[in-house]
Amino acid sequence: MHVDKTELAREFINLVPQARALKLEITEIHDGIAVIRMPYDPQLVGDPDTGVIHGGAVSTLMDTCGGAATMSHPSNPGGTATISLRIDYLRAATPGQAIVARAECHHVTRSVAFVRATAHDDDPDNPVATATGTFTVEGAT
Amino acid sequence: MNRRPPEPVQVVKQRRDAALTALAGRVPYIRFLNISFDRRGDELTGVLNYDDKLIGNPQLPALHGGVTAAFLEVTAIITLSWGLLWEDVESGALTLEALEAGNLPRLPKTIDFTVDYLRSGLPRDAYARAHVTRSGRRYASVRAEAWQDNHDRPIAQAHAHFLMPRKEG
Repeated sequence: MHVDKTELAREFINLVPQARALKLEITEIHDGIAVIRMPYDPQLVGDPDTGVIHGGAVSTLMDTCGGAATMSHPSNPGGTATISLRIDYLRAATPGQAIVARAECHHVTRSVAFVRATAHDDDPDNPVATATGTFTVEGAT
Repeated sequence: MNRRPPEPVQVVKQRRDAALTALAGRVPYIRFLNISFDRRGDELTGVLNYDDKLIGNPQLPALHGGVTAAFLEVTAIITLSWGLLWEDVESGALTLEALEAGNLPRLPKTIDFTVDYLRSGLPRDAYARAHVTRSGRRYASVRAEAWQDNHDRPIAQAHAHFLMPRKEG
């Protein structure tokens, strides 16, 4: 069943204009966990002296991934919106490499979903950023 | 008393605007989001010029929360850097030629960034201002808010910490 759900999520994310502009790609989504990849793009550079991707693009990746993780939670929320998001930037992402975010929706109440996320480049043992977020839980459909 | 006469207004404005253009204009991601800056004296207002590609929820429709966060982070970084630059722009230590050649200090690096979403962003322009609470030698603390039609009805607020660029010399 995972295959169908991932395919559905891929189609869904393609309908989100900003996700498409960043060429975001869902590689995994099930049971409150989502993994999304953002390819390196010179348009997203935040520091022209180094070629490092802007934190803002990482925010969008983390936010999208957190929302996707919430939507895939077994409690089956009907919709979600971000309440708050905090990102810690551990190190600069290596220029030229994709950034992959993995978000886990680890707790859900009637109204709120709690999410943790990490992002890494080609070196998965050395994350570039971690995030925690809270998301709304809309009525299940 | 040997005071220099004040510079003509257009000379002052030209140098300030050149500094702002040099600062924001060379960041590709600022162009990607099409963010511009209004300047009144030293006060900056970020403008997120609406485009369909900024949408995150096509059903509502609403701006992508990540875009709103990015807009606040961009406004915070540029406002912080602008504060560092201001004295040298005013004294003329940073000349028009140096600015146009891109001779600018390095940008601050984001340590952490926290955003609260207050209302969904409508599919139209948004505005943001940042306030530098403290700009130290190594660290800075900045808060920012974004709004659309009514300044009294912010769509998001953020606070962030930055690692400051090292001064040369």
